[in-house]
Amino acid sequence: MTAPVSNPQALAADDAPPRREIGVWGWARRNLFRTWYDTLLTLCFGWLFYRIVAGLIGWGIVQAGFGTTPKACAGSQGACWAFIGDLWPLFFVGAYPHDARWRPALALLLVVALGLLTLWRRTRTRWLLACWLLAPLPILALIGGSATLGLAAVDSGLWGGLMLTLLLAVVGIVFGFPLGVVLALGRRSRLPVIRALSVGYIELIRGVPLITVLFMASIMLPLFFPSGFNPDKVLRAMIGITLFYAAYMAEVVRGGLQGLARGQEEAAAALGLTYWQTTAFIVLPQALRIVIPPMVGTFIALLKDTSLVAIVGLFDLLGIARTATANPNWLGRIVEAYVFAGIIYWVLCFSMSQASRRLELRFQTRAG
Amino acid sequence: MGKAMANDRGALMIEMRHVDKWFGAFHVLKDINLEVRRQEVVVICGPSGSGKSTLIRTINRLEEHQRGDLIVDGTELTNDVKNIETVRREVGMVFQQFNLFPHLTVRGNVMLAPVWVRKLPKHEASALADELLRRVGIFDQAEKFPGQLSGGQQQRVAIARALAMQPRIMLFDEPTSALDPEMIKEVLDVMRELATGGMTMICVTHEMGFAREVADRMIFMDGGQIVEQAPPAQFFANPREERTRLFLSQILHH
Ligand SMILES: Nc1ncnc2c1ncn2[C@@H]1O[C@H](COP(=O)(O)OP(=O)(O)OP(=O)(O)O)[C@@H](O)[C@H]1O
Ligand SMILES: [Mg+2]
Repeated sequence: MTAPVSNPQALAADDAPPRREIGVWGWARRNLFRTWYDTLLTLCFGWLFYRIVAGLIGWGIVQAGFGTTPKACAGSQGACWAFIGDLWPLFFVGAYPHDARWRPALALLLVVALGLLTLWRRTRTRWLLACWLLAPLPILALIGGSATLGLAAVDSGLWGGLMLTLLLAVVGIVFGFPLGVVLALGRRSRLPVIRALSVGYIELIRGVPLITVLFMASIMLPLFFPSGFNPDKVLRAMIGITLFYAAYMAEVVRGGLQGLARGQEEAAAALGLTYWQTTAFIVLPQALRIVIPPMVGTFIALLKDTSLVAIVGLFDLLGIARTATANPNWLGRIVEAYVFAGIIYWVLCFSMSQASRRLELRFQTRAG
Repeated sequence: MGKAMANDRGALMIEMRHVDKWFGAFHVLKDINLEVRRQEVVVICGPSGSGKSTLIRTINRLEEHQRGDLIVDGTELTNDVKNIETVRREVGMVFQQFNLFPHLTVRGNVMLAPVWVRKLPKHEASALADELLRRVGIFDQAEKFPGQLSGGQQQRVAIARALAMQPRIMLFDEPTSALDPEMIKEVLDVMRELATGGMTMICVTHEMGFAREVADRMIFMDGGQIVEQAPPAQFFANPREERTRLFLSQILHH
């Protein structure tokens, strides 16, 4: 293999594209200024983009008032972040008592820790799943108080802000997801009664808006129970969200079940595995992997839909934002309130979608 | 044929009497009568759609028969779940498309049934898996996932997975027809070794060289019926039925 072939460097030089086709300038020529109307569009949108960004920076930073008192904003044209600086605890925990705020903070830490462990392959085990399923207990104990732990009770009427949003979302996901899996399995059950019940439930729920379900949960639920039993408002909202989203999650899981090769269940049956063993070890692990992206999409929709609980008199993050603008010191700071709440929602949803991409990539590289 | 303990043969392992099956209105299996004795190797061939797969799939109840009796190693297949479980423990099956579990490693695939169906402790199941993977020549791939193996390797894993239940009967449904030609031999070699070791086997295959060499009995199916059964020598040299002759001439001269 030592026959003198042509000099590889000369070859490379020959093959290099003309200079004006490569690099940033080449890219811009190809994508932005290829024709006269491309150029026109580029200039128009460039100008628009510049105005928006410049406006945002001017409003949000350059001319903004920082600090914690209304004085900081006196005479400024821009955003008044002093409003957030003063009221941010309200956004995070609502009317929750001052001296007990470490409790929701600890609960938040717990959720974040579980989330991180879920991303890490070595800790993603059956134990972690059990931890997630049990997580609502310590979280509710921390936030609501518990006699055994010596934590004073905090009435759920005082819960609010981001804390309430996350609480509703975590409970909705942790309980809605397994319920959704059960419904999806029921929908393809061989037993007609179970199948009919699952289909009926799913189609019923999917046919009504969440607001309706929340209203029903808050007004009608007490009617179904013996008088005296009056679950509090937050619990009713949790039940409503869980029941509602379980139906959507069931449909997502069903998509994954349909994507499963038919031979998988046959192979498992031929080995003598029972229905439940096949479901637990063969069907669900594969089906749930397929549906990670649409499932996380559903989780994100759930998180955002928790804002609808304002309808039944709860003050979640968005509800608090609205309330804060009614504070006599900060009247009319609507834009700041919604921008701030929007940023928090965005951070939460973006982290979830990033986490989902990570999980997805992880599984893609493993099983081909 | 060099089989161990030839005189131990003879016990009835599979008994099908007047078995009929329909898919809706379509009569797939018509009055099937078949006896397979211990350590026998039976090869089934026949044109596409003749019901070969359906026939062997009734033996471990992946398909239900609607008429007639089907007794596997003394257990009658009825709607009784207990009986179906018993039979499935004793009958291993290898599929055309391998059907390995893609989310489990090779070892995980082989260990699954021993752990959950036979309730072996994990370390025993793992040792058993390693032994079987060595036997099919794939031990060095134990940590890989099925998607990372070639077709021939996957099919050998599938055989090891079926053997891990220590079945008394093995069913093969065209185990080599999804494979590239150069991988067929490695799978047939494993099957040949199993047959030599005295496993009772029913193989649906069109590998006539393999059949001639390993089979004790050939079965030709057409239109849901068993048309002809004979020892391979007679079956290939002078088949009785015209349909068999036609089929063999087609399959041997392509
Ligand atoms: N689940 C089913 N429902 C309805 N018809 C079926 C089903 N499975 C198989 N059949 C039909 O039954 C007939 C026999 O099928 P079977 O798979 O047993 O044939 P085969 O002999 O194995 O053919 P091949 O060589 O193509 O695998 C075919 O006509 C097929 O279309
Ligand atoms: Mg077939």
